[in-house]
Amino acid sequence: MNRNTRQFLDLILVLTQKDLKVRYKNSVLGYLWSVANPLAFALVFYFAFKVIMRVDMEDYALFLIVGLFPWQWFSNSINISSTVFLSNASIIKKVSFPRNIIPLSIVLQDMIHYILSLPVIGLFLLLYQKPAQAAWLWGIPLLLAGQFMLIYGLALAVSSINLFFRDLERIVGILMMIVFYCTPILYPLDMIPARFQHWVGLNPFATAILGWRTLLLDGRLDPVAAGLTLAYGLAALGLGTWIYSRLAWKFAEVL
Amino acid sequence: MSDPVIRFESVGKRYPQYHHITAGFKPFLFRWLCRLGRTGSETFEALRAVTFEVRPGETLGIIGRNGSGKSTVLGLIAGVLRPTSGTVRVRGRVAPLLELGAGFHPELTGRENIFLNGILLGLTRAEVARKLDAIIAFSELGEFIHEPIRIYSSGMLARLGFAVISSLDPEILLVDEILAVGDMDFQKKCVDRALEFKRRGVTIIYVSHALDQVQELSDRALWLDEHTVQAWGNPAEVVDAYRRHSSPQRGPDGGRPEAPGGEAP
Repeated sequence: MNRNTRQFLDLILVLTQKDLKVRYKNSVLGYLWSVANPLAFALVFYFAFKVIMRVDMEDYALFLIVGLFPWQWFSNSINISSTVFLSNASIIKKVSFPRNIIPLSIVLQDMIHYILSLPVIGLFLLLYQKPAQAAWLWGIPLLLAGQFMLIYGLALAVSSINLFFRDLERIVGILMMIVFYCTPILYPLDMIPARFQHWVGLNPFATAILGWRTLLLDGRLDPVAAGLTLAYGLAALGLGTWIYSRLAWKFAEVL
Repeated sequence: MSDPVIRFESVGKRYPQYHHITAGFKPFLFRWLCRLGRTGSETFEALRAVTFEVRPGETLGIIGRNGSGKSTVLGLIAGVLRPTSGTVRVRGRVAPLLELGAGFHPELTGRENIFLNGILLGLTRAEVARKLDAIIAFSELGEFIHEPIRIYSSGMLARLGFAVISSLDPEILLVDEILAVGDMDFQKKCVDRALEFKRRGVTIIYVSHALDQVQELSDRALWLDEHTVQAWGNPAEVVDAYRRHSSPQRGPDGGRPEAPGGEAP
């Protein structure tokens, strides 16, 4: 391997490692704390919708968990990456290195975290007597790849634009909340009224979540959801890289 | 005489007035949808027609008032900024001496930060591992190397930063007013380290307000003011010209009030 590639990979590795170390350091229950968040959310929504509003849905707790974990990856990565260049201003102004590595390491770190929390989801599947499926073998890597490209592309776009238009980080916060409720995470696809149904396919987050749900709950890879997730992923990656490449050389000017 | 390692040829640098962009939504839309990635008409001139060169092994001290474009020159050498006009040519590995703690993470240990910082500055993991013992020895941190650096004093942080930089084996070292921070003892240490680099034949470009130091350490000096070169060459002459220019009415360090938005980013 040539030295530059080696150096580039090492940079990704060391930055991702840093994020992971910092995340799990200084607390005995490091890992448990970070799965606690989506689990607590699941509990709250379960209580609100199942216990109080008595939604008629089987295995609603499991349904929530399967959707909330991938969502956490989305929202953590996008929210953090909006300010990530600002918080690394001191090195960006002095050292010339590929800046896209910074959001990349954040998205990778959240992806590793999501992969590490898959056993927790597995545990709940076991509790609800859903056996492991062969389709997971190719389904999980495929959806991971699609979702990774989607999140990294958006993170790259958001982090780059936010340097020039600082209001974006506020807008992103609000948008993420809107997208959360517009994405079938708390409710199944078929509960959406027919006249809104065909809009769902336009939401890249929805296709990914639906992909995960059919894969983990029904044990099959939905080709439409998986295909759309990959397509959105490629599109987001292309867009993010384009925006980044147009703006990157000016980062040091605005910081 | 050998070829210059750094050569500025009538370099100009203008910054777009980004506060117009960050101001609100309308200008943002207007500007960015129309011409994504292009500079607008309202600009701030940081450098104009700057020409100088630095030969291998030379030490160049840059002096001038705040906001005269000194940091911009360093940014152009480091390759984080692009000139608006003219050409900047740099040959060799450039290493910037970072501000205290920049490129470090407070929660990681000194040892972990050596890897983080070293790789950030261009080494591979294997190279850092090979140099690790030497870096730790150079830093004189002893057992503290296994502690998170948030408990370090600023002197310890600086030693760690310096230790990583020395391991980079840079050909060009950029120092931005670092020597001005810290107590006398620490300043002396920094100067000693700088001299060590100098002996090793490293080209050093540094920004300083300590005129005596500039006169003492530099082979050449560059005086920037009004965004352009006022004098360049023999340090004693340049410092003298700068002193004469700024002393009579304007106080010891040329302390005219800073122009608004003066210090270039």
